[in-house]
Amino acid sequence: MMETVFSPVASFGGGLAIGLGAVLLMLGLGRILGATGILSGMIFPERTDEFTWRAAMVLGMVLAPGLIFVVTGARPEITVPVSPLMIVVGGVIVGLGASLGSGCTSGHGVCGLSRLSLRSAVAVPVFMATAAVTVFLIRHVIGG
Amino acid sequence: MKLLFALFAGLVFGVGIAVSGMMDPAKVLNFFDLAGTWDPSLAFVMGGALMVTYTGYRLVWRRPAPLFADRFQVPTTTTIDRRLIGGAALFGIGWGIAGFCPGAAIPALGTGRWEVVLFLAAVAVGFGLRRILDARLNPQTTG
Repeated sequence: MMETVFSPVASFGGGLAIGLGAVLLMLGLGRILGATGILSGMIFPERTDEFTWRAAMVLGMVLAPGLIFVVTGARPEITVPVSPLMIVVGGVIVGLGASLGSGCTSGHGVCGLSRLSLRSAVAVPVFMATAAVTVFLIRHVIGG
Repeated sequence: MKLLFALFAGLVFGVGIAVSGMMDPAKVLNFFDLAGTWDPSLAFVMGGALMVTYTGYRLVWRRPAPLFADRFQVPTTTTIDRRLIGGAALFGIGWGIAGFCPGAAIPALGTGRWEVVLFLAAVAVGFGLRRILDARLNPQTTG
């Protein structure tokens, strides 16, 4: 466990940009910005044109930390306080769950709630709750 | 032009993910750690993103069609079933274990960290598992 610095301004500002990205994709291509759908549609494409826009979008996303580095001179850093085994276990469960439930934080959380989708209004509290319970169990019951 | 636009939307989204702290598993896990080193920052991410998306979608939908496609493609399913709830529950468990979600991990690839590659490879395996399960349980459906 480690402390992280409370960052309401950067987080809110970043949130505005996340929303803008979602709105731009709807304006340009008429699609929901769901990372699960974009990623799985890219890995298992049904048609070529279903692959290309997703690949372009993913490329843009991957270039973002580099752009921040070029503009600000500061390299965006992350801390991964999780073992490789847990990253793999968590990743497989994330892929399976998000694919079964048709969405993740971006698709259900940002886009679904903004559309006032009933399915998203159910999915979001469910995954927030199971994530909180999981972190509690790992940090305070198993690891405590 | 359509692809450039998609790339630009991805870039804006990715900058948001990076600036907001969503990309950092330490911050994500602390957001969920109410009983420990709680960091409520990510509530502000969701607040900002929802304000822009809620308003922006409504402005965009005044148009008859998107700029580079013939129609808006928005999910129309309204069924609340075990698949949705079970899938969401599993997703949350995985998110709580790894600290990454797909939308945060894609921009995080740009940091060059090997953990992100490992996570996304595992996510792809999870997608594949779902397809195998569906093919077993219901051979008619694809996708």
